[in-house]
Amino acid sequence: MELLSGGEMIVRTLQEEGVEFIFGYPGGAVLHIYDAIFQHCDIPHVLVRHEQAAIHAADAYARATGRPGLALVTSGPGATNAITGIATAYMDSIPMVVLSGQVQSHLIGGDAFQETDMVGVSRPVVKHSFLVKRTEDIPETIKKAFYIATTGRPGPVVVDLPKDITDPAAKYEFKYPEKVKMRSYNPAHRGHSGQIRKAVNLLLEAKRPVVYCGGGVILGDGAELLTKLAKDLNLPVASSLMGLGGYPGDDRQFLGMLGMHGAYESNTAMHHSDVILAVGVRFDDRTTNTVSKYCPTAKIIHVDIDPTSISKTVTADVPIVGPVSTVLKEMLDQIAEMGATDAQTLDRSGIDNWWEQIDEWRDAHGLWTAARYDTNSNQIKPQQVIETLYKLTGGDAYVCSDVGQHQMFAAQYYRFNKPRHWINSGGLGTMGFGFPAAMGVKLAFPDEQVVCVTGEGSIQMNIQELSTCTQYQLPIKIITLNNRALGMVKQWQDMQYGGRYSQTISYKDALPDFTKLAEAYGHVGIRVEKLEDLETKMKEALSLKDRLVFLDVAVDPAEHVYPMQIAPNGSMRDMWLNKTERT
Amino acid sequence: MRRIIAVLLENEPGALSRVVGLFSQRGYNIESLTVAPTEDATLSRLTLTTIGDDRTIEQITKHLNRLIDVVKLVDLTEGEHIEREIMLIKVKATGAQRAEIKRCTDIFRGQIVDVGPSVYTVQLTGTSDKLDAYLDAVGDASILEVVRSGVSGISRGEKVLGL
Repeated sequence: MELLSGGEMIVRTLQEEGVEFIFGYPGGAVLHIYDAIFQHCDIPHVLVRHEQAAIHAADAYARATGRPGLALVTSGPGATNAITGIATAYMDSIPMVVLSGQVQSHLIGGDAFQETDMVGVSRPVVKHSFLVKRTEDIPETIKKAFYIATTGRPGPVVVDLPKDITDPAAKYEFKYPEKVKMRSYNPAHRGHSGQIRKAVNLLLEAKRPVVYCGGGVILGDGAELLTKLAKDLNLPVASSLMGLGGYPGDDRQFLGMLGMHGAYESNTAMHHSDVILAVGVRFDDRTTNTVSKYCPTAKIIHVDIDPTSISKTVTADVPIVGPVSTVLKEMLDQIAEMGATDAQTLDRSGIDNWWEQIDEWRDAHGLWTAARYDTNSNQIKPQQVIETLYKLTGGDAYVCSDVGQHQMFAAQYYRFNKPRHWINSGGLGTMGFGFPAAMGVKLAFPDEQVVCVTGEGSIQMNIQELSTCTQYQLPIKIITLNNRALGMVKQWQDMQYGGRYSQTISYKDALPDFTKLAEAYGHVGIRVEKLEDLETKMKEALSLKDRLVFLDVAVDPAEHVYPMQIAPNGSMRDMWLNKTERT
Repeated sequence: MRRIIAVLLENEPGALSRVVGLFSQRGYNIESLTVAPTEDATLSRLTLTTIGDDRTIEQITKHLNRLIDVVKLVDLTEGEHIEREIMLIKVKATGAQRAEIKRCTDIFRGQIVDVGPSVYTVQLTGTSDKLDAYLDAVGDASILEVVRSGVSGISRGEKVLGL
């Protein structure tokens, strides 16, 4: 029998779970745990400069690797600082366990120093949470936390740990459970075969089908199966922001991102389709435009692991609740069976006309097949920065993004060929996510090119992490599309508020010299102001394998993100194509 | 439409706040909510009444099911069921009113459980409609205090909501 203190138990459980990094920040309530880490822990601890960054780094580690992230924060402000990160992970269904310190049990509820009701504060933004009351319960609770975080629809789980239960003097028997079973939690492990058959029939009969790939395809490791299905049936594929990389971005059958800033061909094809196979999506308002006008002729097959996502906003004609991978596998199996008995069913010439139509749309306004921005301007266009990055990295980089115009340009112009390479805060839209996210990815994949595409607004929301990157020598490439403005909000002010730039350009003369700032932390700073320098300087930045480079690119502040769907009351196909032209 | 949803919930601290939080967070309304432990001390049984169209009710039941602490639930209004609510009501009872209140209470099969020089305290059990009808019959002018338990419900026949 092995006797361990609570702090030691925590270290052991993390080892048992195969945790690779602890992203965290010490404090009073977690002193016992940090002492156990000091004495017994071989898992590297990554000290951030703000708890929010610890959560984002753990989150991005999970997004890139598919394994759960782990963060450790103290009580009170440590816990509340973590909330934005937890909410970010929750909205994008990212598996993560957050250990938070809590004041001693007998002080709970008494407004003690650095006390906050973490279970209460985090409740709306966690998949589940635990307040551990006895040291003996630590192993099973943490086991449950990992189990819940990683199964079903993944999500963050908080484990709140009062200081006294981690006391080094109080030792208890340690036994880590191999398996955990919960009578109240049984996520679906396969889809309904009858529903899947209906879906397959509908798909095979469709004259104007579109596959709509969502974040669930990435999270559920369904990219390969989805690609095979689309390839076998010659189906066009559109993707949500979160689904990018679920189908090869440079393939002919890929129509691009859909939604508010989706590609013309993608949104238009969705609008005119007769069958939509929606996989791992939740029909978020940024992807549907006006719900009552959504894809009026389409029958919708909706595959998702979470029943609450189905018919929440858009009613599904064929709902299938189950893991994306097993459902897609069963669809492929059923199609193979049908093909074996009747090769005629797999004759795909019926959708030739549909492809001709799609190609016409592409020729007219395609994102990659028609001119989308002015290439003869004397300023650097933000789109050019992303296109250059794509060219220089061959589409293989991990691109972590913040939130705003740069995020949309990156989503549009970087063609993601692999899943888990596009790391961004889609649901919550958290500025300040990209840089700490890049740290998490770089730690997981030290030999890969990890780029943070950001803006001068977003980067300043977690810029303190430059110091963390110095400490752990994380050679991330930060590419800032610096337009001296909060560009996306400014774009809306241009379009809907008569160009009244309320607080979106007011900081333009107060911005730091980012190259000097980077240098102050021991990194490399490179400023790009002329288009002719863009490629050479970016190449130089990317070639500095062992250094963090802050590439500060001055881009045209007047540029807007297009296409942009027209709201309110617009349908999927109603878009501004540029500042003056609309569909 | 009014629905009665019965939920078996892990009897854990914080479980109830997750249920209540879900309703406020997603803008669903709760008309009434009752909760107490069951014969199995690890489980609480919760009955909640809510109003919404079919789509909303479907989302409510799905979201409740998604809560980790929810073990099982049933929408009792989907089938034959029994619903009961208990009400304690303090009414003015002076002069001729004393007899009138007594008569009214008898008609509704209520009991006068406490008597004062100028008040009666009445206990009444039944469906929410019946309790509403009693309040109407007694009239606002006589009512001093009302306390209602909220609805408890169970399905008729062989159907059992259990583990």
